[in-house]
Formats: sequence, C-alpha cells, structure tokens
Amino acid sequence: MARAVSTRRKVFFTVLAWTVGLLIFFPILWTILTSFKSEGEAIMTPPHFLFFDWTLEGYHEVQARSNYFLYMMNSVWLSFGSTLLGLLVAVPAAWAMAFSPTKRTRGILLWMLSTKMLPAVGVLIPIYLIFQKLGLLDTRLGLIVVLFLINLPIIVWMLYTYFKEIPGEILEAARMDGANLRKEILYVLTPMAVPGIASTVLLNIILAWNEAFWTLNLTTHDAAPLTVFIASYSSPEGLFWAKLSAASTLAIAPILVLGWFSQKQLVRGLTFGAVK
Amino acid sequence: MSGIQLRNVAKRFGDAEVIPGIDLDIQDGEFVVFVGPSGCGKSTLLRLIAGLEDVSGGTISIGGKDVTDAAPARRGLAMVFQSYALYPHMSVAANIGFPLKMAGQSKAAIDQKVKAAAATLNLTDYLARKPRELSGGQRQRVAIGRAIVREPEGFLFDEPLSNLDAALRVNMRLELSELHAQLKTTMIYVTHDQVEAMTMADKIVVLNRGRVEQVGSPLDLYNHPDNLFVAGFIGSPKMNFIKGAYAKEHGAATVGFRPEHTTLSKESGAIKGVAGVSEHLGSDTFVHVKLEDGTQVTARCAGEMAVRHGDTVWLTPEDGRLHRFDEKGLAMREAAPKLRAAGSGL
Repeated sequence: MARAVSTRRKVFFTVLAWTVGLLIFFPILWTILTSFKSEGEAIMTPPHFLFFDWTLEGYHEVQARSNYFLYMMNSVWLSFGSTLLGLLVAVPAAWAMAFSPTKRTRGILLWMLSTKMLPAVGVLIPIYLIFQKLGLLDTRLGLIVVLFLINLPIIVWMLYTYFKEIPGEILEAARMDGANLRKEILYVLTPMAVPGIASTVLLNIILAWNEAFWTLNLTTHDAAPLTVFIASYSSPEGLFWAKLSAASTLAIAPILVLGWFSQKQLVRGLTFGAVK
Repeated sequence: MSGIQLRNVAKRFGDAEVIPGIDLDIQDGEFVVFVGPSGCGKSTLLRLIAGLEDVSGGTISIGGKDVTDAAPARRGLAMVFQSYALYPHMSVAANIGFPLKMAGQSKAAIDQKVKAAAATLNLTDYLARKPRELSGGQRQRVAIGRAIVREPEGFLFDEPLSNLDAALRVNMRLELSELHAQLKTTMIYVTHDQVEAMTMADKIVVLNRGRVEQVGSPLDLYNHPDNLFVAGFIGSPKMNFIKGAYAKEHGAATVGFRPEHTTLSKESGAIKGVAGVSEHLGSDTFVHVKLEDGTQVTARCAGEMAVRHGDTVWLTPEDGRLHRFDEKGLAMREAAPKLRAAGSGL
C-alpha cells in the first residue's frame, strides 16, 4: 500500500536530500573551482566562490611540469589490469561458492572479507621487502598484483551475491539440455550475470583507480598512477592550491565521468542483496 | 530403448538417508507418476535418474545401458522443472532451440524443429518474445517445447503444474496426457497431487520416507491399497479409517472405506454418528460425520442431500468395498469368515 506523503514532508525531504548531496559534493566542486583560480586567488580569505578571474594557469603549469599522460596510462593499466585479473579468479571462485557450496564456504567468505579489516600498513614492510627482492618495486605488474589481491575479496563477494540470485534450476536445465560446464558458464550464467559483473567491474576499477596507500608506497615514477601525480604537488616547495587542485581535477575527471555514466549500475551493485 | 531400471538406488545427504534403496522398473513408453507427501524423496529420486544428483549406492540403467555415473546430458532424458527454468535472456525460439544448439545442429535444422515444436504447443506467435512476457501456462509450454524438441528417450517432469492456477492445471494435465499419447515416450512425472497421479499415470509409484510403498496402476492402487499409507493417500476425499469394535467385528485392527462407497441414512445403518459440516459441490455433497468414539469420517452423497449440522446419521460402507488392515497397517487380502457370512467382504 502506498503511503500518503504530505506536500510539506515532501518539500522537507527534498531540501534535506539536496543539502546532504551538495555537502558531499562540495569538496569536489571546490577543488574544481580552485583549479581555475590563480595561486593568489586560491588562498584569499574570505574565498571567492564563483566571481573570480577564471584562468587555466594551473592546468598549464601542471602540464608543463609533469607528464599527466604517463600517470593516467599507469592508472588505466593498474585499474583495468587488476580488475581483469580479479575477474579471472573471482568468477570461477564465486561460481563454486554459489552453486557448489561446502560446509566451509560461509567461513571462507567471511575470512576473505576479514582480510579487508587488517590495516594495510601492518603488512607494508613485508610486502615492500618481498617486492624489493623480486624487483617488483615501481613496476606495473607488481602494483597490478597488489591491487588485484586487495580487491579480490570484494569482487568475490559481489559476484557471489549476484550468482546466488540466479536460480540453480536454470543451470540444471542447461546441464540437462546438453551444456557442459564451459557452455553453461558461457551461454547461461554469464549473460544472466552481466549486470552484476558490470557493476563489480565498475566498482573495482574505481577502487583501484583511487587506491593511494600501496600506489604511493610501492611506486616512484615508472609505474606511478595519478594518486602519485596528485601527491607530488603537495610536497617540497609547500602547497600550491591552484596547481594541486588542477592536478586533482585531472586525476579524478576520468573516474568521475565513468561513475556518472554508470551510476545506475553502481547503485544496483552496491545495494544488491541488501533488501530481500 | 527399453525403459529405465533402478537397482537398490540409495541417496544420503551427509548423515541423512533420504532414499535407503529403491528397486524400480519403468517400461518403455510408460507414463509413470511418483507421488507422495512433501519430503518423501520423490524429487530426489527424479534428480537421481536425471543425473543432477549423484547416487550414494545402486545402479541406474536406461535402455539397458548403465548410466549411474553418466552426465545428465548423456542420459538422453529431457526435464521440465517446477519453476520452468527458462533462460530469461533468450527468446522463446532460442529457449526451445537451446538443446539443439548444444548438440551442434545446424541453424536451419534448429529453426525447422523449433517451428514444428512451437506449432504443436501453440507457441508460434510468441517465438520472438522473452519468457517474462509470457503467462504461466505459456512459459510451461515453452519448457515442454524445450524438452520435446530434442526427441529424448524419456521425459522427466518435476511438479510442472504446481505453479499454475487450478483451471490451467486441468488443461495442462490433458495436454500432457495428449502429448504422451502422441509421442509414446517414457515419461516420469513427480507430483504431490494424487489427482494428477490418478488422471495421468499408467503406473503410480507411491513413495513415503524414501521408500516405495506400492507400485501399480491408478485403479489397482485405488481398489487394492497395500497399506494404510497408500489407502489414505490415494483417493479424494481420503479414505475413512475406523479402529476399535467395528474393526474387530471384521477381524482387523483398522478398517477403511472410501467416502464414495458410503451410504448415509438418517434412519438406520452400520455406524452411528453426528453430522458436522456439509460441503455442497453441486454434483456431490461431502458430509463430515463425527462417530461416537470421536473419529471423523466423510460420506459422499448426492448433490441435493440435505443434512443439518448436529443431525444423527447412520453410515453403511458398500458391500465388498471395505478394506481391512492389520496392526502393522498392512492390507489383509483374505476375506474374513464373518464377512463372508454377512455377505460383505473385500
């Protein structure tokens, strides 16, 4: 039964939702605005909100000082590479857990998730030393492996919840119809799980793109993604807000655009299984 | 093909023994119905035959070939599931053609066979639709189409009509019987609905707690149930059972008689009771009667029968329609001497 909602209530909640939304978005908006200011304007108090001399100075300097393209390509490599590797491992893992569970499946899932609760810094030194010994420091491959491993639990969990939603009878029907395991996954499971796989991929790309701890600690230049690019603007010479904002805007722009176009998928992915 | 044979087929899930060991012979072309209450193992047995579950013991052979360890697809059987289990992302045509595609048949052959199956099942107009755009009955027909298109050696039906409304169920029941008459292929049908079992089966297998209680033709089970369980399960409304003095008079621990084999009178009869609720179906009236010892029984009377709640009534089982059971609940086939003298018996 639909609940009757009074106009006053509606207005109140609309205003509240917009306020909260803007509040969350404000730091991003402020960063974008600051990126179009001059350094002087950027540190002015009280700050000017929209009425200032708009300039691309920050962007020019950032472009002149560092190779944005290199960092962006590294970000693309790391996020897409780790996601692809994650899918290769997680799809069969989630399939097994969803359709052929054992007594310990639940335990394994919880254990996998519990690894996300460990503070990353706790394993920084061992991983750093291992990377040093294997010559993986500042390499794309090393970073892809680390990002793949830290996000694997989330990929498996998300795919598991999606696969659980697919009625087992449909897969059994495919088996009766003559499909072997490969065909069953190819023709029946995957097409049915496409929305789930898509949102898992999107979320994982975003997580990997934004990951800062490992990328900052295990790279310097060759494999450095955009997180390192931003961080480089906050160091030795002090803070240059306009340039830092321009760098940040450049770093978040691709993922912001991706997120905007796929928000429906993302919301579905993040709330999947929450109400049922 | 020469039917399906189960030899001592057992199934355990961990420590739970679902099927202790079943022997069963299903002849070529037979319509066999597995019937029993929820949890009796009928669906598990079907899944064992399908190959969707592994047996814990025993052997299954189809057409004389041992298929105990064969993959489902290699058994030559097609299955129709309770939930239809259609592929939601495929059109009706793709759903029906899927087994043929898996078998590697050419596009032209698939197209032709799909069209033929669709024509048989009145689905021609719906071939381009997705399953979600179909009604329950149409979905069921697509599931059947997917099963018949590959011309299997046998069909397995797992409660295929239980998601349909009553009127549609009756229609589909007839359609399935018609289909069996046309195809003359072995069919195994699982249901908990004894009406479906009675109306469709050549042979009924009554299951209870993973054991076969009785195997026989519908009328055989109806007229000569082996035990109390089968007697109570087959027939609707269910058979009346009376213990105590009346049973002893007939030399049994329990006697049973069907509501339709019971005469109800307001004046005289064999068993006295008080009328309870009368259910008027138009053609018949089911009168529920409480006997003096508290036993509830039912009598099927003519449609115009008028009995008031609380009236004293007399029930008389029809001659030769009384079923006698011993302490273990097993049917006593030999006629009781007393009954013979009284001119009534089994």
